[in-house]
Amino acid sequence: MTKMVLNAVGRAIPTHIKGMGDLTPFKGAFAHTPGPMNMTPRAAWHKPGQSKMTETIRQALENCGLADGMTLSFHHHFRNGDHLVNMVMDEVAAMGVRDITIAPSSLQSIHEKLIPHIRSGVITGIQTSGIRGEIARVLSTENLLKTPIIIRSHGGRPRAIESGDTKIDIAIIGAPAADAFGNVNGVEGPNACGSLGYAIADATCATHTVVVTDYLIPYPACPVSIPQTLVDYVVVAEGIGDPQGIVSGATRITRNPMELLIAEKANEAILASGLVQQDFSFQAGTGGSSLAVAHFLRQHMRENNIKGSFASGGINGYLVDMLEEGLFRTLMDVQCFDLKAIESIRKNPNHMEMSASYYANPHNKGCVAHQLDVMVLSATEIDVQFNVNVITGSNGIIMGASGGHCDTAAGSKLAIVVAPLFRGRLPIVVDQVTTVVTPGESIDVLVTEYGVAVNPARTDLKDRFRENGLKTVEIHELKERAEKVTGKPTKPVVTDEVIGLVEYRDGTIIDTIKKVVE
Amino acid sequence: MKKAPFGKAGTLESNDVLVTVELNEEKPLEIELESIVKAQFGSQLMHTVTTTLKNLGVAGGTIRIIDKGALDFAIRARVITAVNRARGGEAL
Repeated sequence: MTKMVLNAVGRAIPTHIKGMGDLTPFKGAFAHTPGPMNMTPRAAWHKPGQSKMTETIRQALENCGLADGMTLSFHHHFRNGDHLVNMVMDEVAAMGVRDITIAPSSLQSIHEKLIPHIRSGVITGIQTSGIRGEIARVLSTENLLKTPIIIRSHGGRPRAIESGDTKIDIAIIGAPAADAFGNVNGVEGPNACGSLGYAIADATCATHTVVVTDYLIPYPACPVSIPQTLVDYVVVAEGIGDPQGIVSGATRITRNPMELLIAEKANEAILASGLVQQDFSFQAGTGGSSLAVAHFLRQHMRENNIKGSFASGGINGYLVDMLEEGLFRTLMDVQCFDLKAIESIRKNPNHMEMSASYYANPHNKGCVAHQLDVMVLSATEIDVQFNVNVITGSNGIIMGASGGHCDTAAGSKLAIVVAPLFRGRLPIVVDQVTTVVTPGESIDVLVTEYGVAVNPARTDLKDRFRENGLKTVEIHELKERAEKVTGKPTKPVVTDEVIGLVEYRDGTIIDTIKKVVE
Repeated sequence: MKKAPFGKAGTLESNDVLVTVELNEEKPLEIELESIVKAQFGSQLMHTVTTTLKNLGVAGGTIRIIDKGALDFAIRARVITAVNRARGGEAL
């Protein structure tokens, strides 16, 4: 049996995993400092006249020297309209190559087509922010990989790549538009997805970088997100993305009265914190109530003539409206969520693309997440220690993504979780979350439809709320209230087999995901 | 004509439950339970359903529960209504 130790959030972590090496247990949000860098930037060579155009994906993989045991990386800006990961892995399988680790920035339900490649041993390792759908269920209930899945945050992933913890042999860049010399942008062509923020560390650090596009444009592409200096080969291939699955038209504010109620209460808490001042900064996660908070905040900013410095993260049309109205000076964008955001990043000079490292990596010289004043987050579960789960359901099965949750919670001055007490019959405020993604020490406030709870460590915030007449409750009261209505759920039945490791943004292990017995 | 001892209540909406009952005193009581929260609440759901049926004096037949995350009070109400409908719709 592997030796287990308890980490700073009380989770048992193996000290060693066969095929992976020693693990460092999570010690606290800023307790772990990086060791020496394990990465050597590669000098390259190019002769005038030498072409990068390659006939097929297979040819490009062969040119890169694809071999057993390599790591291939992908980015998820095509979201559930992404066909490229499946296409490339079909090709890898057809070439008879095995034992590949894939390192996509996230996996969606469309990637269930990878299941046969996992069963046959073509894919034996996965590093990702999240996994959804059938592939997530299969990976959670069967122990199919050689080493556990590594779940990384949006900041933790570029940290791993830039530090050399993850060595990418071949980075595959799905390019909405590219020229023949490898300059890529995300704002043209049928698969336009806007920002290419997640792909930048890959292109920068991989041994080989392959650009695959279905929209070849004349040299030089303009604007450029990923420059020619990083790209080895360019392939034109049809069918790499499905625009329907990539973006929606425009993100709308929820009409669900309960989500609006929670958002309204969250807005009151944000205002009571005193942080909404001239030049404040703001980010809201996805999820019903989160965006609605921006809606309430917008009214306050208008009425009081407050102009924010920036809004960041995944950017949607609602934030674009606020930018164009002059309520925020800039948008810092790692991923566009809708067509309006894509149009904006194309035409608004103060809507800036940012790499995932710039956004959230704790081990560079300063990321945007560390400049945030107010961060609104959602939660699949939150416990009485304020630990948050966004990766597994209460049945233990992977269903979500780590995203920028722990990065922005750690970096912001006010990290506020908005969540209903229960969804369907499942209580959201619980004794112990199924899986810890964000440690309670990073979460300042929980807002539910039944009240606002402040992390007891934030006595300053509690005092300020009291001074400003905002009523609060203890998180234990919220938990009991939830349980009284729903009943106490049975914990999932799991084996000892660790199928996933949840890495904190600094590379330490904050929790494990065990194999679920259905 | 005598009505068939069959009753249905509820919907397949989120947070609701669809209950179908076919009463038959000569058969043993059979409960089929399907639920999106079976892993977390399977035994509590079963307990709520059997207790409600017992209180109604239902001893035999087939009861089918398709649960979409309903809370206990909703489950009790749907079971009571389905049984009443099967018994000919008499008021409570």
